[in-house]
Amino acid sequence: MSSQTLKTQHAHADEHEHHHDAESTKVFGFWIYLMTDLILFATLFATYAVLSTSFAGGPTGKDIFELDYVLGETFLLLFSSITYGFAMIAQHKGDKQAVLRWLGITFLFGLGFIVMEINEFHHLIHEGFGPDRSAFLSAFFTLVGTHGLHVTCGLIWMAVLMAQISTKGLTTTNNTRLMCLSLFWHFLDIVWICVFTVVYLMGVL
Amino acid sequence: MSHGHVERAGAGHGSVKSYLIGFVLSVILTVIPFGLLMFPNELASSTILATILVFAVVQIVVHLVYFLHMNTSSEQSWNVTAFIFTVLILAIVVVGSLWVMFHLNHNMMRH
Repeated sequence: MSSQTLKTQHAHADEHEHHHDAESTKVFGFWIYLMTDLILFATLFATYAVLSTSFAGGPTGKDIFELDYVLGETFLLLFSSITYGFAMIAQHKGDKQAVLRWLGITFLFGLGFIVMEINEFHHLIHEGFGPDRSAFLSAFFTLVGTHGLHVTCGLIWMAVLMAQISTKGLTTTNNTRLMCLSLFWHFLDIVWICVFTVVYLMGVL
Repeated sequence: MSHGHVERAGAGHGSVKSYLIGFVLSVILTVIPFGLLMFPNELASSTILATILVFAVVQIVVHLVYFLHMNTSSEQSWNVTAFIFTVLILAIVVVGSLWVMFHLNHNMMRH
C-alpha cells in the first residue's frame, strides 16, 4: 500500500468523522428544542394545576372524564412508541422496507390517538362543556389540545419522512431526521404520562 | 458502517429486547394507577394520589432509559446535562406557580 493511498484513506476518514459530528450536532440541537418544548408544557401544566378547581358551577373532572376511554388512548400511544422503536432497529439494519412498514404502523396508532382525542373534544363541546364553560375547561382544552397538536405535527412529519425515505432511501440525512422524529415521538409519550396522571387520574380522584 | 449511524451525541439506540422491556414495564406502570381509580377499593385518596404520582415518575424514567436511551455514558453527558437543567426549570415553574397561587388565594380570602 503506497503512502498516497494511506493519505487518501485518512482524509476520507476525517471527512466521514466530520460528517458524523455534523449529524450528531443536529440531533443534539433537536434535543435542546425538546427541552424548550418541555418548558412550554410545564407552563401549561402549572396553569392547569392552578385552575383545576375553578369549575364556575360547571362540570368537574369526575363528571366528564371516562378513564377506560383515556386508557385506550394511552395504549395507542404506548403501542406507537414501541413500533417506532422497531422502525429505528430496522434503520440500524439498513432495511428500508421494514422502516417504512413500522413507520406506517406507528402512523396508524398515532392517527387513532388523534381521532379518539378529537372525538372526546367534540363530545365535550357538544354537551356544552367547551373551553368557554369554565377556567378548568379552558386550561384542560389548552393543555390536552397542545399535546394533541404536537402529535398531529409528528404525524405530518412522519408522513413526509415516509415519502422521503421511500424515494431517497435511508440516506444519512434521512437517518438524522428519523432519529429526531424518534426523540420527538417518545418525548410526546412522556408528556402524555404527565397528562393522564395530572389531568385524568387526579381529575377523578 | 455506512447507513449513516447517528449515535454519538444526541441519542443512542436500543435493541428489540430493551424496547420490549420498556414496553412491558410501561404497561404495568400504566395499568396499575388506572386500575386503582377505575375499580372501587378501600384505599384512602391520599394513598392513591401518592401511588399514581410515584408510578408516573417511575414510568417517565422507564421511557427515558428504554425509549430515549438516556444513560451515563460520555456521549450522552450533554443531553443529560440539558435535561437535568430543564427539570430544574420545570420544578421552579410548576412548584413556584402553585406556591404563589395557593398563597394568593389564601390572602384573598377565597378559602
